[in-house]
Amino acid sequence: MSSFTQRMTQDEYYRGVRMAPYDLVKELGYALAGVAVLAVFLAATFSSPDVAPVTIAAWAQGDPVDFVTTATNELSGSTISTGYGNPYNTNASGQSWGPIAPVLWFGTRIPVDSATAFVIQPLKYASVGNTDLGTALSTWSGASSDQQTKWLKAYTDALGKATVKDGKVSVADGDYGPLPTMMNNLLGVAQSGGLDGLLLVNGRFYQTDYTQGLLFMGDGTYLSGLAQQANLTGSQWGMMNETGQYPGQTWLWLYTMWYQVWPFTSPSGFLGLNAGNADLGIVILMTVLTAALALVPLIPILRDIPRWVPIHRLIWREYYTPKGKAASRT
Amino acid sequence: MSEQTLETSNDRSWTFRTRQWVDRVLPMDHLLPHRQPYYVGSWVYVFGVVTIAALVWVVVSGVVLSFMGPQWWHDSSLGHFFNSLHFWSVQLFFLFMVLHLWGQYFMAGWRDGRAATWMIGVVIFAASILTAFTGYLSQQNFASQFIAVNAKDAMNAGGIGAFFNVLNFGQMYGLHIMLLPITVTFLVVVHIVMVRARGVVKPIGPEGGSAS
Repeated sequence: MSSFTQRMTQDEYYRGVRMAPYDLVKELGYALAGVAVLAVFLAATFSSPDVAPVTIAAWAQGDPVDFVTTATNELSGSTISTGYGNPYNTNASGQSWGPIAPVLWFGTRIPVDSATAFVIQPLKYASVGNTDLGTALSTWSGASSDQQTKWLKAYTDALGKATVKDGKVSVADGDYGPLPTMMNNLLGVAQSGGLDGLLLVNGRFYQTDYTQGLLFMGDGTYLSGLAQQANLTGSQWGMMNETGQYPGQTWLWLYTMWYQVWPFTSPSGFLGLNAGNADLGIVILMTVLTAALALVPLIPILRDIPRWVPIHRLIWREYYTPKGKAASRT
Repeated sequence: MSEQTLETSNDRSWTFRTRQWVDRVLPMDHLLPHRQPYYVGSWVYVFGVVTIAALVWVVVSGVVLSFMGPQWWHDSSLGHFFNSLHFWSVQLFFLFMVLHLWGQYFMAGWRDGRAATWMIGVVIFAASILTAFTGYLSQQNFASQFIAVNAKDAMNAGGIGAFFNVLNFGQMYGLHIMLLPITVTFLVVVHIVMVRARGVVKPIGPEGGSAS
């Protein structure tokens, strides 16, 4: 048995091993050419996925009731983003496992006030030259919190039976205060494409940050409904899927798998890990597993499996033949 | 200054010592060997070199895409073809890399002082996953949107989301075309140099390298 020490040269390590001609550069050249041919063939034959992104305008046009319901829920504070917690706000404590709560470590680094950013501020922009909307906004901001809550509850209940006519949302008569005026104006702005732009504008011309628009769309059911059809949601192994029949990030299969199995699907779970803190639990688990993979050379059993499983005898088939053993000693 | 004096002063120079160290650790006949142990003829060694070849095409197609800009691959058929080339090169890169990883596992490629080479290989695998992830977020299509909305929860729960905002296209695109590819490429070069410096490991067994 020989082991390679820091001082051992390759010549010493390979002493007694038969050496054979080997053209490394030629092999690399052939590999480059072969992979190029394969990649060009696959690209030319199968193309690549490029389903157009969803806009807020498409959402407002395609499902006006969901859009208005989501916007109303932003005001009542009952959407995912309003009750998210860090890094967007402090309205929830976020996921934790015992004392481990990384979501709290860095505070509110990407502040988003959903009600103001997604509803009130865009309506203020739209109220310029729109007296009805300006009056509705004044009524809303001048009302007490209790009154706002009553209007929101009544309007949310009514939206459950809302109808759509000519792209507008209609609800049964009731005491909703200024909400119907506000929401129909917001719907109009969104349907025209204005809200897509307004959620990007932060006082600068160039924009590349889609945090607000994506959070708002994530609060509704329109985007997730389309994702469900495309098999992209978490319960459908979505993170490793792509739209259409294309391979996605298949290398994420292990990460995605944990979301489908106990204890990460169970409300009660095991050792404090459950569906409620699945994201944190799986991040920790994958970090540990990745570290274990890197440290395989130091972990008994894991490092011994290759010796026990005779796959290496297939790989080095020639070596394990009597002829090969003889060759290694010459 | 005489020749002998010059030689003595060179012996102490950082440049001379560095060259000596490089010559000792990685002489040219190890970096570009024309002879290898006969068992290197096994098919499993091909996975490493085709992984490198796929990475080359990933980088080449990626450079073309980044030069032309994010709209190009949506608006023109040539741009979409290069996007497809990038997409399939990435798929091939991961396929070959996983085969290489499993091959090295069952060969116990970390034996005889090669543990660091294995560890860097795993780091390359993890860095490649992160690079591909930012690539999927940078596609600017429906999949990008929903992957971002879906993935933010894990990132935020892990505390990473405070600095690594998957909803911020500019940040993801910048990481994808600059920092992460440079990291992967640098680590791959280090990995290759380590492989070439030590040579390939001997087969498992009494006549070969150590068993574990």
